[in-house]
Amino acid sequence: MIPDPWTAVLNAVIYLLLAPVAGGLIAGIDRKITARMQGRVGPPLLQPFYDVGKLFEKENLVVTTTQNFYVLSYLVFMAVSGALFFSGGDMLLVIFAFTLSHIFLVLGAYAAFSPYSHVGAERELIQIIAYEPMIIITAAGMYMVTKSFYVSDIIQSAVPVVLYLPGVFIGYLIVLTIKLRKSPFDLSTSHHAHQELVKGVTTDFAGPNLAKIEIAHWYEYVFLLGVVYLFFGFNPLLAIAAIIIAYFLEILIDNTTSRVKWQMTLRSAWLVAGTLGIINLGVLYYLRMVIVP
Amino acid sequence: MSYLTKSPWIIHYDASSCNGCDIEVLAALTPVYDVERFGIINTGNPKHADIFLVTGSVNEQNREILKNTYDQIPDPKVVIAVGICAASGGIFRECYNVMGGIDKVIPVDVWVPGCAARPESIIDGVVKALGILEEKRKAMKRPAGDTA
Repeated sequence: MIPDPWTAVLNAVIYLLLAPVAGGLIAGIDRKITARMQGRVGPPLLQPFYDVGKLFEKENLVVTTTQNFYVLSYLVFMAVSGALFFSGGDMLLVIFAFTLSHIFLVLGAYAAFSPYSHVGAERELIQIIAYEPMIIITAAGMYMVTKSFYVSDIIQSAVPVVLYLPGVFIGYLIVLTIKLRKSPFDLSTSHHAHQELVKGVTTDFAGPNLAKIEIAHWYEYVFLLGVVYLFFGFNPLLAIAAIIIAYFLEILIDNTTSRVKWQMTLRSAWLVAGTLGIINLGVLYYLRMVIVP
Repeated sequence: MSYLTKSPWIIHYDASSCNGCDIEVLAALTPVYDVERFGIINTGNPKHADIFLVTGSVNEQNREILKNTYDQIPDPKVVIAVGICAASGGIFRECYNVMGGIDKVIPVDVWVPGCAARPESIIDGVVKALGILEEKRKAMKRPAGDTA
């Protein structure tokens, strides 16, 4: 079922306006909790907003002007994929727009000539290859349970999606670590890896361009946690609790693990997709087709 | 007050320090001092930095690197010379390869004295630099030739 156009547009506009605020607050809470876990006081809650405000006050230093285009495309497509998701659109279209936005970030990093930027871009591509199968399996699993790829249908479904897709849910949480750029999978860019790769994929973006990348990350946070919500669409309170617990676990994993090599990232993400994801879908198929035809 | 003073990101460069000052710079990031309270981040990337923190004297080998790193920092930016070596060359001043303080190569805004400089005085130097950073930002906004 295609969602009602006016509600869809309204939801998309609300997402476009409020997601950066929510995403920035999530980033602020994240930094505060991380600091507490390390025995520090940590920055103010609104620090991510100060950072982005500061970056807009700086000079826009670029190696080549095509970087501006790629960064803007990254931001726009990230916002579009989130808007499609929150307006109740097709999950597959959302995933394609989401992947496309990351391709623009990779192209932007390749446009600069720094070796660190190139290493970051290569690692970003490897990360995309690593998480993509699990994201597609998530969409496929939701289709098998709710018989629809539309977010508006999945969210209204009374079926407890997570009980049918426990393997897919755990698999999604594991690739969420890659997507949120958390240790042990923070290969392409990291606050902690500057001896190794400077800033990886964002090395050659300065000032306003870096600010746009940050805002795109905020849109991304809200979209990714929105997918967690879908697993618990039958009970909104439970869904919000699940989002909070999932995010807290991500911070805990970030602070207790060290960064792995790209081979390990690829292997573990595909292993998860291949075992938890595929077996879950297989069992679901067997139950639907063989036991209850 | 602008956002610039609430989120100063630092790049730390060891010109030819004995590592004494460097250890004190890194001490400022530990839970005891925790400069991230003030939004200060130690970034390894000149293109993301606002404050250039240099320890040690400059020598013939690294003058190019120092200048190059300085040029890659987007405006507005400030330079802090940490320790006596960065100020004048310190005890290495008479060495055949040492040029002297880093002001021989790049313009310095704040001098932090000490051998080694204490973390408290480094943080104090950064806070002083924030005022200068703010002035530079205002100067950037003014049209060329307006000195008022």
